[in-house]
Amino acid sequence: MSDRLDVRKTYKLLINGAFPRSESGRTYEVLSEHGDFLANVAQGSKKDVRDAVVAARGAQTKWSSASAYNRGQVIYRLAEMAESRRAELGEHVGLAEGLGAKQSAKSVARAIDRIVWYAGWTDKIAQVFGGANPVAGPFFNFSVPKACGVVGVVAPQESSLEAFVDAVLAPICSGNSVVAVASERRPTPSVLLGEMSATADFPPGVLNILTGATGELAPILASHEDVDGIDLSGLDEVVANELHALAAGSIKRVYRSGHDAPASTRRLRAFIETATVWHTIGQ
Amino acid sequence: MNDKNLEKSRLGALVYDPAPESASIANIKPSYGLFIDGAFSDASSHEHFVTLNPATEEVLSTVSRASDADVDRAVSSARRAYEKVWSKTSGAERAKYLFRIARLIQERSRELAVVETLDNGKPIRESRDIDIPLAAAHFFYYAGWADKLDHAGYGANPQPLGVAGQIIPWNFPLLMAAWKLAPALAAGNTCVLKPAETTPLTALVLAEILQQAELPSGVVNIITGDGSTGAALVEHPGVDKIAFTGSTEVGRLIQQRVASSAKHLTLELGGKGANIVFEDAPIDEMIEGIIDGIFFNQGHVCCAGSRLLVQESIADEVLRRLVRRVEQLRVGNPMDKNTDVGAINSAAQLARIEELTAFGEREGATRYSSSCVLPEKGYWFAPTVFADVAQSHRIAREEIFGPVLSVLSFRTPEEAVAKANNTNYGLACGVWSEKGSRTLWVAERLRAGVIWANTYNRFDPASPFGGVRESGFGREGGRQGLEAYLNV
Repeated sequence: MSDRLDVRKTYKLLINGAFPRSESGRTYEVLSEHGDFLANVAQGSKKDVRDAVVAARGAQTKWSSASAYNRGQVIYRLAEMAESRRAELGEHVGLAEGLGAKQSAKSVARAIDRIVWYAGWTDKIAQVFGGANPVAGPFFNFSVPKACGVVGVVAPQESSLEAFVDAVLAPICSGNSVVAVASERRPTPSVLLGEMSATADFPPGVLNILTGATGELAPILASHEDVDGIDLSGLDEVVANELHALAAGSIKRVYRSGHDAPASTRRLRAFIETATVWHTIGQ
Repeated sequence: MNDKNLEKSRLGALVYDPAPESASIANIKPSYGLFIDGAFSDASSHEHFVTLNPATEEVLSTVSRASDADVDRAVSSARRAYEKVWSKTSGAERAKYLFRIARLIQERSRELAVVETLDNGKPIRESRDIDIPLAAAHFFYYAGWADKLDHAGYGANPQPLGVAGQIIPWNFPLLMAAWKLAPALAAGNTCVLKPAETTPLTALVLAEILQQAELPSGVVNIITGDGSTGAALVEHPGVDKIAFTGSTEVGRLIQQRVASSAKHLTLELGGKGANIVFEDAPIDEMIEGIIDGIFFNQGHVCCAGSRLLVQESIADEVLRRLVRRVEQLRVGNPMDKNTDVGAINSAAQLARIEELTAFGEREGATRYSSSCVLPEKGYWFAPTVFADVAQSHRIAREEIFGPVLSVLSFRTPEEAVAKANNTNYGLACGVWSEKGSRTLWVAERLRAGVIWANTYNRFDPASPFGGVRESGFGREGGRQGLEAYLNV
């Protein structure tokens, strides 16, 4: 038994680079996989979702027009921040997922390596998915992948860190801004990652993280007119079907988790738009 | 610009002697069945409907109305062909079929052009020089991809989706069929294609071409019908992929319907394209480009440049020239090789155009319509320009899908971009300027899938086409067009 009482943390939302409590004042009890009390985590509300979307919209143009090199460095910086807090992340992943120390350390290592993978993608996307098109006629024609805009992410429920990293960084690395709903039962690793993002030079509003009841928050994101795309991975099939239909109200791009191979670019491509420019050639 | 007495060209429309294309080459049959499993057959319900020449209201032919049972028969045929034949056909062999189809379209191009113009109402000059050659080019382009899919950028050995249900609109009937079929077949899928209710004929000629190409039975099935036929195709559990081109309203319904299925979906929907004109643009080319951007194909173009954003310093001159140019457009018999603007495709579409333009006047915009004499029979609408349009007007917000241009103005590039993006759509935009750096600056900021700089309404099989936001998702054309038909 330690002779010092530990200092506990309050787990809050991440909206526009700040860490507010839910405007509703609500929290909910999060337990470890073994049923021990972990924390009272902020329980986000409809207003919080709307605030987060406003923040994401405000940040998106600047983020997508930052150089791809710059975006890569910001994401790489997140890996640096996570690397130095591996132990803490591992402890949270272990408690949340009920894993032993070794397994949780491996999971954290894979998550950090995944961040590095995405950091390297930012300045490859345009070359890999775009290019010049040989049209008939006196035109220079080229296609550029662009961010689709504001992406809502309903993060997977089981994998508390690895899946979250994948879900939020795929859209962010191509220039989207994200409003993510963290795993409802296992939110603390993603809250930690959000804290790290603030010290990794993520511009405010690029990554917003909400904790709370997925069933309450996800439909608000899916039906929000100013959300351009949505990742429904964290929902069971029946609910995902319903929210997919809601998302059709504004013809959102919808990604639903398949069993993509780690090297697959499906999630990355889900939230990019090919813009094609025709320019006349002449003297 | 409030001067209602704008000068009209003293020349008016130059008088040309008629130069009609002969309709005899069309060889339209009195009736057509459904093309299922390699052969034409009657609909199970024996129901039919007629397709009209919109320029004369004469009946061209009678086609079958596919029922749910026929849709099921077509999907089963496509499934059988997929499992037994097409999925076992090598890419190199698939390529050769597609090359054959491209060549056959070229060989029968005049016939197809005439059939298209008779069924659709578009000028023969456009069907002859644009629709049909591009349809052939599309098959030719995707033919070459069939055995090179490993190099398309989606990883090694990408697999097809299976059976694709494809629903196409009436504005470019054969070309849209080519846009749908060519990439799907190259990627290794089999297809059930539903042409639009008012323009089924060129797709049925294409079915004959597929027979001539000896494409294995069931690889492509073509079923005619109305919206209920399309709905049955969308709902059919044996379909792996839906590709739809049409209105945003219907696209939204389709996305809702497939939400609870594992079907893949791509949508190419409506638009309200902004054509942005800066004061330094080359004025003669720019006026022609604006005209082409909105009056090409009677404005029945989802990417039409239906909102003109003109820099204030040249707004008066541009409007004056536009109005004069509109007066010179030759409107009338689509079969005449001199015709610029043909018939509106249907009575329903004409009613929508009339409703929205009437609203434009009520909301206070100033209307300039060509004084051309419209034929008595058929569906016609005089090319029209609206000045004094505000962003809030319906004619600036809603897709009219007709020969109607709304003119707005701007002062700075920032304002032009803001106004261009002030729409739920995002299909295409035009930028006119001699300053390349500014053009690219604007292009970077426009929320649209296609941007034409100092040109408009250009299409090419190598160039990806498709929208953002409520103009839909997915691309047709280019390497990117394969993604819609691969399980990647």
